Amino acid sequence: MTTIQKIAPLLLAIASTKMVIAQEVDLFKTVDSTKQKEYVEATFKSTHLINGHSIETTKAGLLDFRISHRFGLLNSGSYNFFGLDNATERLGLDYGITNNIGIGIGRSTFQKQMDGFVKVKLLKQSTGPKASPISITGVAAVIVKTLKDSDPALQRTTSDKTSYAYQLIIARKFSASTSIQLMPTMVHYNLLPLAKDPNDLYSLGIGARQKLSKRLSLTAEYYYQFNQFSGYYNSLALGVDIETGGHVFQLHFTNSTGLTESTFINQTSGKWENGDIHFGFNISRVFKIKKQKLSL
Amino acid sequence: MVRQIIKPNTMKYVLGMLIALSTFAFTNNQKIYQTKSGKVSFFSSTLIEDIAAVNNQVDSKLSNNGQMIFQLAIRGFKFENATMQEHFNENYMESDKYPKAVFKGKITNLADVNFDKDGTYKTTVAGELEIHGVTQNITATGTIDIKAGKVAAKSNFKIKLADYGIKGTLIGEKIAKELAITVDCKYD
Repeated sequence: MTTIQKIAPLLLAIASTKMVIAQEVDLFKTVDSTKQKEYVEATFKSTHLINGHSIETTKAGLLDFRISHRFGLLNSGSYNFFGLDNATERLGLDYGITNNIGIGIGRSTFQKQMDGFVKVKLLKQSTGPKASPISITGVAAVIVKTLKDSDPALQRTTSDKTSYAYQLIIARKFSASTSIQLMPTMVHYNLLPLAKDPNDLYSLGIGARQKLSKRLSLTAEYYYQFNQFSGYYNSLALGVDIETGGHVFQLHFTNSTGLTESTFINQTSGKWENGDIHFGFNISRVFKIKKQKLSL
Repeated sequence: MVRQIIKPNTMKYVLGMLIALSTFAFTNNQKIYQTKSGKVSFFSSTLIEDIAAVNNQVDSKLSNNGQMIFQLAIRGFKFENATMQEHFNENYMESDKYPKAVFKGKITNLADVNFDKDGTYKTTVAGELEIHGVTQNITATGTIDIKAGKVAAKSNFKIKLADYGIKGTLIGEKIAKELAITVDCKYD
């Protein structure tokens, strides 16, 4: 065999490699099918599920004016028009400082409460590389009862009438239509109904949303109390969310009267079995205060 | 004996051919220009409201053989109004189901473009545009700018929402039935 015979296959190999490298790249075949990291949006339609917070915060530059309205008890009979004669209300303003930080204030009829809260998105569910399967939002709220004492001799201070609520909301949007969240909660009371009562009440909430159509969803919210004041029950609410443009209407039934964490989670005196059910609605109207900047 | 003489000759012939082929291979100089920060915006104008949104993370490639591709994440469109942005993804584009839009096209007048010479070249591009899971053939006009070896592509065209199966109660009221699309990509 001559040298040339020996090296010919090698040369052939090298030459054909060059051919492959130099062949034109078909751009159409380079369309990237790998997914980029994307954050999951709209796990819930509104920042409040029914009585309590959802994982969502008000988006940057938006002001959400919220009217939460609860009629009287259904079992109060036809004389009270099944509760529609009475009502308690919370008026609230929520504002988004950034897309991850929201603040809010509110005034409730119930115990003439004033409340304020800070809500921060700590983790956001995402898809694609390094995806997170869940979202976590933290909420810290302060609630002050301003209702005058029946007996002024008690001389209760503002501090006595203050309670604090801390929540961690853990949510997952399972599909475009189904979302579930868990809400481990601690409420701290400065002043207790009875001396033997604990200052810190622990509870675990569970909430869900099932979309029926693009603009209509069913919602549910339940709080299980691990320790509690006597005479109070766990809060359960079932509702419907209807979205129209900048409004979200939430209609629901609940055994809770109050609209702040320390009242609806730990001071729900109604019982579903007894028909102590309120019909209620929340109206959320979002106003654009600051525009998101676009570099068009 | 005769065979031994022929063989080296054949090998020389083969070798010569291989060299010629590899030289030919080297003369093929396809150039690919790409960017991951291209810009695509759209504009909807009705008597009630004007709506604009922009995506600054468009992935695009352009080859001097005339091929062009554009890919973008629908959720990458930013609106002035965050609520509108959510509605866009949730109620109209169904971005969970259809996260991307893709365009694959070819410059139909490639002979008019000289990628090695500075200038602004008017071009027509024809191809397939996939939005909301629906693919349509489109033709758009635009320009290719070449300046000191840098390539930029621009185009304006219109698309009808109905062509892509995009439905919603506000289309025809607050949202125009036809959107004006602007493409502006500067390639590396």
